[in-house]
Amino acid sequence: MQPEKIELVCPAGSLPALKTAIDHGADCVYMGFRDDTNARNFTGLNFSFDNAKEGVRYAHAKGRKVLLALNTYPQADGWQRWRTAIDNAAELGMDAVILADPGLMQYAAKTHPELRLHLSVQGSATNYEAINFYHEMFGIRRAVVPRVLALAQVEQLMAGTPVEIELFGFGGLCVMVEGRCALSSYATGDSPNTRGVCSPPKAVRWQETPKGLESRLNGILIDRYDPEEKAGYPTLCKGRFDVEGETYYAIEEPTSLNTLELLPKLMNMGIAAIKIEGRQRSPAYVEQVTRVWRQAIDSCRRDTQSFTVKPAWMAELGKVSEGQQQTLGAYYRPWK
Amino acid sequence: MKLALGPVLYYWDRDTMLDFYDQMADAPVDIIYLGETVCSRRHLLRLQDYLDVAERLVAAGKEVVIATQTLIESEYDVKTLRRIAGNEKFRVEANDMGAVRLLANKTLFVAGSTLNVFNSQTLDLLAGLGATRWVMPVEMSRAALASVLRQRQSAVETEVFAYGRLPLAYSARCFTARHHNLQKDDCQFKCLDYEDGLALKTREGQPFLTLNGIQTQSALVHNLIGELDTLQDAGVDVVRVSPQAHHSGEILRLFRECMEQRLTSAQALSQIEGLMPAASCNGYWHDQPGLEFISR
Repeated sequence: MQPEKIELVCPAGSLPALKTAIDHGADCVYMGFRDDTNARNFTGLNFSFDNAKEGVRYAHAKGRKVLLALNTYPQADGWQRWRTAIDNAAELGMDAVILADPGLMQYAAKTHPELRLHLSVQGSATNYEAINFYHEMFGIRRAVVPRVLALAQVEQLMAGTPVEIELFGFGGLCVMVEGRCALSSYATGDSPNTRGVCSPPKAVRWQETPKGLESRLNGILIDRYDPEEKAGYPTLCKGRFDVEGETYYAIEEPTSLNTLELLPKLMNMGIAAIKIEGRQRSPAYVEQVTRVWRQAIDSCRRDTQSFTVKPAWMAELGKVSEGQQQTLGAYYRPWK
Repeated sequence: MKLALGPVLYYWDRDTMLDFYDQMADAPVDIIYLGETVCSRRHLLRLQDYLDVAERLVAAGKEVVIATQTLIESEYDVKTLRRIAGNEKFRVEANDMGAVRLLANKTLFVAGSTLNVFNSQTLDLLAGLGATRWVMPVEMSRAALASVLRQRQSAVETEVFAYGRLPLAYSARCFTARHHNLQKDDCQFKCLDYEDGLALKTREGQPFLTLNGIQTQSALVHNLIGELDTLQDAGVDVVRVSPQAHHSGEILRLFRECMEQRLTSAQALSQIEGLMPAASCNGYWHDQPGLEFISR
């Protein structure tokens, strides 16, 4: 039996990235507006209303879907901005909005009952009781699960809820439960929950010193590199720190999540969609990753049993991985 | 304002825990939160033990709240959660929406800080489901709190994390086990060796974070003892002190004396210094990076 169709959900940080994703086989793209209503609130990224309109037109013309991430927590003095974003999503004909805040879900469900709601990974729902809460209260149809569960735990979770499950398949790896990490605001004042950013570029400083190239976040030394080492973006949980006199990646290595080899398992489990991280990445990244995952999914659907990961796919994905390293993350239990 | 003691976030041995709560029975604190909120592998006190401690604290005149685990991953976690939610004696602090589902419309509860209540719409919604108190997210500022309280319609109590190393993040990975090159499932309970957590410093020796199993805390101690008047002005009802291995009773006493204006905030700040495991920070309250300290 051929497994159910599994949707490939690709990142669109810009209109060119959106078109690239659609052209290379994304079933859905997800995007955000150009402000703090989404968790990739970076300068030069995201969509104006008109851009979003063109994006939706382009995707729908090819029979694909567009999801809108409104996945930060509305701040008390900015409620109107988040509410307007919901109204705009409905007007634009978005296929779903991806939300984290219960208050905002309530508004969306009441005001635009036809608008499909997905629970964002920022909603931190790691168990079926939590997912069912959002389902019963607001009618969410899909939940994106934090990158902290082992596959067996995902299976258990799925058995307890009628809500579709979307998993992260590739890209930047949050080690912390999304929505429950304030490390970035502790260091810089801005976090995913409050301002839609983690380790924001404005707080980053690079400095050549006699000891090596140093990366700092709001003055805090995140890492220092020897001349032969390749320097990475100073995401604060991926720096090298000193614990009891030992200097190492105390929280996580600079590495990307890659679950390609789990694809048959994910399909058999009945996962509804696989999400590719990286709205902040270039259209070239989107093209490479979308192409590889499209091929892999199609190949796996044709013959799940004899599916093998092609070395060329891994090589291609390796090129765009953080620190050129890849991991199965928490899906593989010993990672914990 | 009332004074609360948060749940013990570290892993202390059984006798240490029981002694600690014996002392807290006599401490000048109104509300005590009990329970394992960090890691399901920490089992030296089981739920029944906490319920027994709760009985003793109630007999000593304390309000007791049982706090749920923050990261609910396994079926075992869900079962524990159900038992806590179904206890018919003590109010529960819900630290995950799964807990809210089990408590909503059945019994009154406290909405914990990891529920991420950042606006009055969500606050009113939880109040409608039975929340009688909410704990502000640690990263929320005084101005943002004032804004929520101005706009809300429900009459829930507001609690603020006012003293202790800040619980900043939760992971599936155990960083204490990782430090010892152990997997989480075979962690050998290394957390027992770090009564106030495991210090993480930058490569130039700046204390930055504290590893506490799957939880990551600040290295600095969030300390609002100098801000009790601004907490009061903002409309805060309950001030939370987070337990540390030593001097928790004295810290509660200083907060109490300061709340009753028997000590000025300057006096309290200078007296508390020698009792702290690290220097103070209070940036979040001032809408600044959490690790900063803004003096008045």
